[in-house]
This record gives sequence, structure tokens and C-alpha cells, in this order.
Amino acid sequence: MANPNKAKAERGLMRWIDDRFPATQMWQEHLSEYYAPKNFNFWYFFGSLALLVLVNQILTGVWLTMSFNPSAEGAFASVEYIMRDVEYGWLIRYMHSTGASAFFLVVYLHMFRGLLYGSYKAPRELVWIFGMAIYLALMAEAFMGYLLPWGQMSYWGAQVIISLFSAIPGIGPDLAQWVRGDYLISGITLNRFFALHVVALPIVILALVVLHIIALHEVGSNNPDGIDIKAKKDETGKPLDGIPFHPYYTVKDIVGVAVFLFVFCAVIFYFPEGGGYFLEKPNFEPANPLKTPDHIAPVWYFTPFYAILRAITFSLFGLDAKFLGVIFMGAAIAVLFVLPWLDRSPVRSIRYKGWISKIMLVLFAISFVILGVLGVLPPTAGRTLLAQVCTVIYFAFFLLMPIYTRLEKTKPVPERVTG
Amino acid sequence: MKKQLFALLFALVPMAALAAGGEGVHLRSMSPDLENQASLQSGMKLYVNYCMGCHSLEYQRFSRAAEDLDMPQVLVEDNLIFSPDLGYNDQMHKAMSAEDAEVWFGKAPPDLTLEARLRGTDWIYTYLLSFYRDSERATGVNNVVFPSVGMPNVLEPLQGVQEQVCAASDHAVGDAELDPLTGKFQSCETLQITSPGSMEPKEFEQAVYDLTNFLAYVGEPSKLHAQALGPKVLIFIFLFGIVAYFLKREYWRDIH
Amino acid sequence: MADNGVNKGRRRFLVGATSVVGAVGTVGVAVPFVASWQPSARARAAGAPVQADISKLEPGQRMTVEWRGRPVWVINRTPEMIERTEALGEDVLADPESAKPQQPGYAGGHLRSIRPEIGVLVGICTHLGCSPLFKPEPNAEGVGVVDWPGGFFCPCHGSRFDLAGRVFRNVPAPVNLEVPPYYFVNESVIVVGEDGEGA
Repeated sequence: MANPNKAKAERGLMRWIDDRFPATQMWQEHLSEYYAPKNFNFWYFFGSLALLVLVNQILTGVWLTMSFNPSAEGAFASVEYIMRDVEYGWLIRYMHSTGASAFFLVVYLHMFRGLLYGSYKAPRELVWIFGMAIYLALMAEAFMGYLLPWGQMSYWGAQVIISLFSAIPGIGPDLAQWVRGDYLISGITLNRFFALHVVALPIVILALVVLHIIALHEVGSNNPDGIDIKAKKDETGKPLDGIPFHPYYTVKDIVGVAVFLFVFCAVIFYFPEGGGYFLEKPNFEPANPLKTPDHIAPVWYFTPFYAILRAITFSLFGLDAKFLGVIFMGAAIAVLFVLPWLDRSPVRSIRYKGWISKIMLVLFAISFVILGVLGVLPPTAGRTLLAQVCTVIYFAFFLLMPIYTRLEKTKPVPERVTG
Repeated sequence: MKKQLFALLFALVPMAALAAGGEGVHLRSMSPDLENQASLQSGMKLYVNYCMGCHSLEYQRFSRAAEDLDMPQVLVEDNLIFSPDLGYNDQMHKAMSAEDAEVWFGKAPPDLTLEARLRGTDWIYTYLLSFYRDSERATGVNNVVFPSVGMPNVLEPLQGVQEQVCAASDHAVGDAELDPLTGKFQSCETLQITSPGSMEPKEFEQAVYDLTNFLAYVGEPSKLHAQALGPKVLIFIFLFGIVAYFLKREYWRDIH
Repeated sequence: MADNGVNKGRRRFLVGATSVVGAVGTVGVAVPFVASWQPSARARAAGAPVQADISKLEPGQRMTVEWRGRPVWVINRTPEMIERTEALGEDVLADPESAKPQQPGYAGGHLRSIRPEIGVLVGICTHLGCSPLFKPEPNAEGVGVVDWPGGFFCPCHGSRFDLAGRVFRNVPAPVNLEVPPYYFVNESVIVVGEDGEGA
């Protein structure tokens, strides 16, 4: 600005680029002229944080592949090689292992935000579905990544999850064998999981993230009031309650990033094992196909679904408990995909929904957390009963939604965003 | 049906109570101190003298330990490396071959590089202090923490002979109940040294502490680096957060 | 959004401050990623100095030890070999005084060694990395010159070096063979890859 010639030269360069590539147009569409509601609260940090963690995972992951040895003989030792012999290998490895847990933490909070404010409702159904697809791909990514260090927990965790395929009547055992590529989990399984973990799934996740953001920016962001800011525009066509994403939300998100990084780095430097939940103790022993560790539990982010699987201890409609458990576990995830069509409420945000919705959401959140805790504990009769109760609540929240959202009395939605 | 599902998921999982070193055993706590280089050095010396005959530290290099524990190369080469096959930069491999070990102990003694992360330092500390005479065992000893363990009490020359007796103890053992009057635990599984070794009991506990401390270091040598780097990174992020906060506040004056 | 009441100086300062701190942070994050490409402890251990026993090395013979994946020659030069090598001058050699830094300071002189009879050389031609052949006998066959004083001949592109590793004139190799850092532990043991104490 101080130098008019320089500014002119920059404009010239931008014009040259814009004639060939829509750089300025994209900047405007997605940042400087993307109008976001001005009343975003705490819950709206987690989308950009998820993006940050994704970048962290890709960067550290690429670096880890440089020293990792994807073979049954060498995998475990190569992780210790990274931890000890490679300069700063320990830091990069902990960034990746802690990043995996951080990813699920921010994604769960991001999804809960969607539930709170009805961000899945029309016209954002596709935003939600792309998001769910990311979540699904992320689970596959995390599961396959967890096998790679080839520790006892890696091995037996994969053993249990792959055994789930064998529950499918008829083709089950053959399918499980096909996934493993062997009669047991072996170096062959490790190699294919490695290929999927470092090449295929990251590509899928990146593509889905792009779709998620394009779909979002097409319809515009929802907000804690769940009202449509595009309905009220000023004479120039800008939403009255909207503010450009850049600079307002970029500077706000930077603050969120700083807070997140502080916590993230504190874990990396001081609690990289996350109390045995981010890096599980049995994983400090190399995989041994002949000896199962005393306790096996999936990593914490899978435990709610694992608890649902275990809660099914009865047979129904001629299906045995094993297969039924798999069905329930699958259904618990699948039901999220159809959420936009289950919610029949005339309002989006929980702020204006009736008391039944509020109670159901609270019960749902509590039972999800309880299921998560139960998933890491060994089962007892009492715990199984509790898991069954929580499973019922989990499904009731979704399956009864078409009824209670239609019946309940909603509060009037304001014209303009509040606070 | 219930049983079948459990059979699916937990067929291979022995119940915790049945597992070796079940949770019923009270572990004595020790907190590792990686700053205490004298303790770590003494631990390393004990390790190479008493443990490394059978247990490798497959991922730990002599040179790395020397650097981290501040020991000169010559000192390490002259006093801590016994095998002519091992050099200063090599990993701390055991002297015994795996085949011999299978023959002698029925099972190859495990590598201990990550033992402290796998079992925890409390376990190692208590385990090493909990050998006692048991004439029914081939090795002549048994262990409270690891019943029917295959390993002999290699530290016995230092510790002396320990036996289970009916007595009061400061530490909970087995079915011991706290006597509210004395503040001690009365049990017939109390361990007592009946024939002294070359070390006093306190001295021996310190030696076991040093050994455990060394294994804690070996489990995660990067911890020293992490503890050095951590505060700098956190302070930097904190400062960045403050600047970013003022920037955010400045821009958000426009809104409202 | 409206510009009224905006303190532009303050805003510019804060943008600058955040950008600078952010840039420093980015560089900080890059440090471990860049540093992790350094040779790892395993590579350093593999490239550690090597010991060689030279007590069995007869005069006139050469032995090869491996250091950092490269052949290192140790030759035991006979008095005649030393005499022939010392006699070579600027008319045939490109750098007879070893002016170019291809050797540690203590391996100076015409023989480029600590002890005159024991020569230590990295056996990689300074032209394109082939390993030259040992042709110690005078007027040996197949070196392409008639007046051969004994030395090393590279079969790839015909470079020639004398028994001190000095390069001849009019060959493709530009500089003398490299002398690695080395020292004598005692009369019969040599360590290659490390400077001796006090060096």
C-alpha cells in the first residue's frame, strides 16, 4: 500500500493468474465473500480444527512411512527405530498417534454440534451425508492404521474386528479370510492395510472433505439459532446477519487453533500414552498370534459401538447373537446417515425445539458416553444390562425422532440471529 | 446365547484374575526420576551385570545411553560392554543365544526394552523385591507378583535369602489386613530376609529402584527430550494465542 | 465492516505480529521434519569408525576395509615403492603437493600418510565413482602408459593415480584420491573414520 508501483504490479500478476485460473474468484467465494452467520459459538471451532488435524495426520504420516517397515518381521522394530534412532522420530510419531485421538475428539464434537443445531436438516442433507462418509472413512483409516505398529493390541484388535465379518451368515468365514488374505492375520494383512491406510483412504478422505466443504458453501452455514440468514439481505445483497468468513472467522479460528494446539502439545510432550487410551499398554509387546493379552479393548473412539456389539447377548428372529450384534453395531452408524429424514421438526436448533427433543438429546449424549466407557471395561452381568439400556436409548433417540419431533410444541424462532 | 457371544469375543482372553500377576497383588509404588543420573547410571551397571546375560535391550544402544546418562565412551566400553561381539554403537543384546535360553528356561527370556511401558515401573519394582524361597520350584524361588515364574532370583547375592513368614509388614501383601493399632499389615505371606546378602535391605531397595529407573528410561529415552522441549513449545503457543486473541478482538470490534 | 472508528495502525500491527509469530511457529514445526532426514542413529552406527588389523599386511600388499559402504585401501609400501613415488613431480602429477583438501592435515607430504610405508586411501575414483585397480608393479600391463611407476588405474575412464593416491596429468579425474581420517591405535591396529586424539 505504501508503494503504489508494487501494488500495481501485484494487481497485474493477479490479473494474469485470474485470466488462467479462478484464484481471486475462489478466494472470494470461499473466504472473503463467503458470508457466515455472525453468531457462531464455541461449537463452531471444530470444523476448522478437524481440517488442521487432517493436515497434521497427512504430514506426519508421510514422514512416518519414510522409516516404517510394513512387514510382520519388521513393523514393530521399525516403530521403535522411529522412536529412538530417527532424529525427532518420537515427536513425529507422537504427533500422529495423538492426532488420531484428537481427530475423533474434534469430529465427535463437530457432529454433536450438528445434532444440537439441526445442521443436517434441509437444505444441508448432503453436507451431513458427506460428513458421515468422512466419519466412516476415518474409522476405516484409524482401524487399519492401528494394525501397523504390529503390537499385541494391534493384532488382537484387528483379529476381533475382522472376526465380525465372519458373523455374516453364509459368506462370513470366506469374507473374513478374504479380508485377511491368510488363515490368520499375517504380514499379508499388514501389507494391504498399509497400502489402504497410506494411499487409498487418505485420497478418499481428502475428496470427501472437498465435497463436504463445497456442499456447505453452496447452501451456507447453519447457526445456533438454526435460521436462514440468506432470507434477510441488505440492498447490496449481503445477508444482514452474515459476516465475511475472512477476516472475521479466520482470526477467530486462529485463537481456537492456539488453544487446541496448547492442549494437543501438552499431551504429546507429557502424556503421549493418554493414560493408556491413546497408546495401549499391550501394544508395547510385539504381536504374538499364540497369546492374547489379558485385556483387549478397542481404542476409545470405537468403544461406544463395541459396547453396542457386546450388549446384544440374545438371539432374535432366528438370527444368533453374534450376527445380531454386528447388525446392531452397523445400524448404530447407518442410522446417522438417514438422520436428516428422521427429524420432522419445523425448527432446526435445539434452542427452539420442545422439551422432549431436549431430553432425548441429553439422554442420547449420556448413553453414548456410558457406552464408550463400558466398551473399555471387561463385561459383567450388570455392565451388560447397562449397555443394553444405553443401546435402547441410542436407537430410541433416532427411531422415535419422527414421532416426538412432530408431536412436541416448538418455540417461536426469531427473525434475526440472537447473541 | 450370552455365553456364545462371550465365547466369540473373549474366548481367547483369560480372565484377568487368572492371568499371571493378577490384579489382586498390591504393587509397591516407585516414581521414576529421569533427572537422577547417578541412579540411572547405577541402574545400567546393575542391568549389564545381572540382567543382560539373559535379557536383551534390543532397541537400546549403548551409545545412546552413554549420551543421555552422561557417561564417557571409554568408561562405557571398559566397564559396561562385556561381549567382544558388541561395540559402543550397538544395541544391548544379551550374551545368551535364544536356543540355549529355550533349553535352560523352557522359554526365551523376553526382551526388556519396553518392559516398563508394558507392565509399568511399579510392577517391575515390586517383582524384583518379591522373590522368596520355595523348595518346590526348580529354581528354588517363587514370586508373589509373578507366581511360578521361570526366572531365578539373580539378585539373591545382593538381597540375601527371602522367605515367607507370619509377621507384620509396612507393605500390604496377599490377604494382609491392616492392623489399626500398629498401622502395619499382618500376614503369613510377609516377606522377610532370613539370611543377609551383600547389601543392607535399604541399600538393596535403592539398587532395585535404580534398576527400575533405568528400565523406565530405556522404555522411552525420548522422554528426556520431550521434557526439555515441552515447556518451550507450550510457552510459544501461549504467546501466539495471546497475540491471536488481541487480533481477533480488534477485528470483532466491527461486529455487534 | 464499515471503516469508521477502525484503528488501522493497531490492526496492521496486530496482523503483522500474528503473522510473524505464526511464521516463527511454522519454521519451528518444520525443524523436526527437516532434522528427521539426517542420518539416523542406525546409519551413524553403521558409518562408525572401523578397526583393521594390519599386522598381516606384507610389504607391497594392499588390503581393503569397508567404511561407510566404501572400500578403504590400506597399502604397505616397500622402500622401492616409496622411492618411485617420491620421484614423481609436477611434470606428471596434477597436484603433487596435495594442495587441494583431499586429505586430513596430518596426512600431508608427498606420501599423504602418517607413516611413510602405510598409505590409507578411499578406493573411489574422483572422476565418476568407479573403484580403481591396484597396479603396483612398474610398467604394468594395461594401464595405457609406458613409463608406469606403479599405482592405481581406473578401468572405467582411464584415470591413473600413484601409490600415494595422487592423480596424474591428462586423465579425467580432477583431484587426488581421498584420504579418510584415521589413526594408529598401536603398531598393528588402525582405526579408519576418526581423527586420532590430539589431531
